[in-house]
Amino acid sequence: MSTMSTQPTYVPKTSWWGKKITKTLIYQISVFLLGVVMIYPILWLFASSLKAPDEIWTNVSSLIPNNPTFENYASGWAGFGGVTFATFYLNSFIYAGVTTIATVLSSAVVAYGFARIRFFARSFWFTCMILTLMLPIQVQIIPQYIVFSWLDWINTFIPLLLPRFFGNPFFIFLIMQFIRGIPTDLDEAAEIDGCSKAGIFFRIILPLTQPALVTTAIFAFYWTWDDFLTPLIYLNDIKLFTVSVALRSFSDPSAATNWGAVFAMSALSLVPVFVLFVMFQKYLVEGISTSGLKG
Amino acid sequence: MSNTTVDQTLTTKPSLGQRLKNLFTSKKSGVRRHHNLAGYLFISPWLFGFITFVLLPIVASFVLAFTRYDILSPPEWVGLQNFERMFTGDARYWRSVRATFYYVFTAVPLRLVFALAVAMLLNTARRGVSLYRAVYYAPSIVGGSVAIAVMWREIFGNEGVINFLLYLIGLPPVSWLGNPSTAIWALIALAVWQFGSPMLIFLAGLKQIPTEYYEAAAIDGAAAWSKFRNITLPLLTPIIFFNLVMQVINGFMVFTQAFIISGGTGRPLDTTLFYALYLYIRAFTTFEMGYSSAMAWVLLLIIALFTGIIFKSSSNWVFYSGDS
Repeated sequence: MSTMSTQPTYVPKTSWWGKKITKTLIYQISVFLLGVVMIYPILWLFASSLKAPDEIWTNVSSLIPNNPTFENYASGWAGFGGVTFATFYLNSFIYAGVTTIATVLSSAVVAYGFARIRFFARSFWFTCMILTLMLPIQVQIIPQYIVFSWLDWINTFIPLLLPRFFGNPFFIFLIMQFIRGIPTDLDEAAEIDGCSKAGIFFRIILPLTQPALVTTAIFAFYWTWDDFLTPLIYLNDIKLFTVSVALRSFSDPSAATNWGAVFAMSALSLVPVFVLFVMFQKYLVEGISTSGLKG
Repeated sequence: MSNTTVDQTLTTKPSLGQRLKNLFTSKKSGVRRHHNLAGYLFISPWLFGFITFVLLPIVASFVLAFTRYDILSPPEWVGLQNFERMFTGDARYWRSVRATFYYVFTAVPLRLVFALAVAMLLNTARRGVSLYRAVYYAPSIVGGSVAIAVMWREIFGNEGVINFLLYLIGLPPVSWLGNPSTAIWALIALAVWQFGSPMLIFLAGLKQIPTEYYEAAAIDGAAAWSKFRNITLPLLTPIIFFNLVMQVINGFMVFTQAFIISGGTGRPLDTTLFYALYLYIRAFTTFEMGYSSAMAWVLLLIIALFTGIIFKSSSNWVFYSGDS
């Protein structure tokens, strides 16, 4: 598994070249084969979504449909229980859209407070925040559910959206790391000029942290788009289902018969994620590498 | 403090009232200025959310753990009954603990070994590396989604791709998801397939290792394995430590994949009944809020215990380059 370029050792030159070519060849073949294994399941899903119903289970492993058809997408989009996937997508976009905006704004504000302002018990609160990162959501979700059900908010989007307006520790930490890289000279110069803390935040820090805010926005969108547990708990009315909860009902093996439609709707639900991935790959890689965000 | 002279500020301590006032305004301590009002204003969204959605629920869930409560009728204090039932009377609970530990102790090491191996493979200046990095990371970006879990279930299904490939090479089909000894491996395979995040973090760590170390080792005639063992691995231990902590914490909380692949039941024979899944069943299908709160608190303690063990052991194996 040597990956460092081997230094030329004291062997005749021809043999070294031969060795190097073989090594490159082995390397290229192995990364390619691994790439095939990695991407095959996803391509298989998209290929199956384009296969005719009688072909899905007879021509299982093939990635090329005999007669590509978009029929599965049309029949899948019709949904179930009288509700189409248009509704589910709208719900998911509301959930993910509001969450993304709320998370980015609130996290940026809090990150600035922690990163740049000295105040009483700052390190205590910061430790509290970091500790919540390892807290299983199950400890919070049961009492939350009870209170939300007292308030009669089950089957509304309030329990899904409300908690997103108070910053997310992961992203606060990510943006803090970024703010720490901005020279404090800028803040001090602005302060001497009579700029308030809020002014410094809005005029200096916020524009400069833009890359971190983009990373935050993408991850916040991903996590909410894929979120399954929260909508599963709070939404029982089919009309309120997000795509993830709808897919679960739609693909239930005891009820599903039209597998082409199941694959079509599954594949479609990945499209927004992959589009963002292709567009913002650089931000994602940076975000994970610098802060250890889970993908 | 504008109306006090320099002498006074040097000799007298500020009164309590002054100190309380300072808490909310600004105070000078040494050369560092405190801006309590501004600071607390900026962190107030998080602070409010922390108290309302984290702190109070944790306390409430602790109290609920000692009650029987189904939301409809008032909670009833039952003392330690929930814990007694969990540890002595609920065989399903133990099967879920077993499934979760089995998963965490196989999927996490496998995923980290894979992530490190692939990161080393990609840590070169060859052509196409950034494309492969994207391809290898792609499964992780959609990892937790329902769609991928559905796809995985059908790939491992009786008529799925895996069995088709077995058929092509003349082997009999295997009921991967129906057999209690193989079902959890479908989930472990899914976890290993999504090694993208730790891979990227390892890759960032590998890039920080000075190439001089390897050059020096090459002059000494060190073999590839020896370089890995004596340079790469020790210098990567802080990254391994971070990845291990994050993966163990997340491993104990895996839910969506097990829910979709086992149809929300943990079948076959509860071998894929992960802790989070069983907790969900108790809390939100049979509405045993007291019992599930007790389960949640035990999960919290399990995670705290394992994180604590990893942190405690880290002084023996994590090497920071600043150390001697």
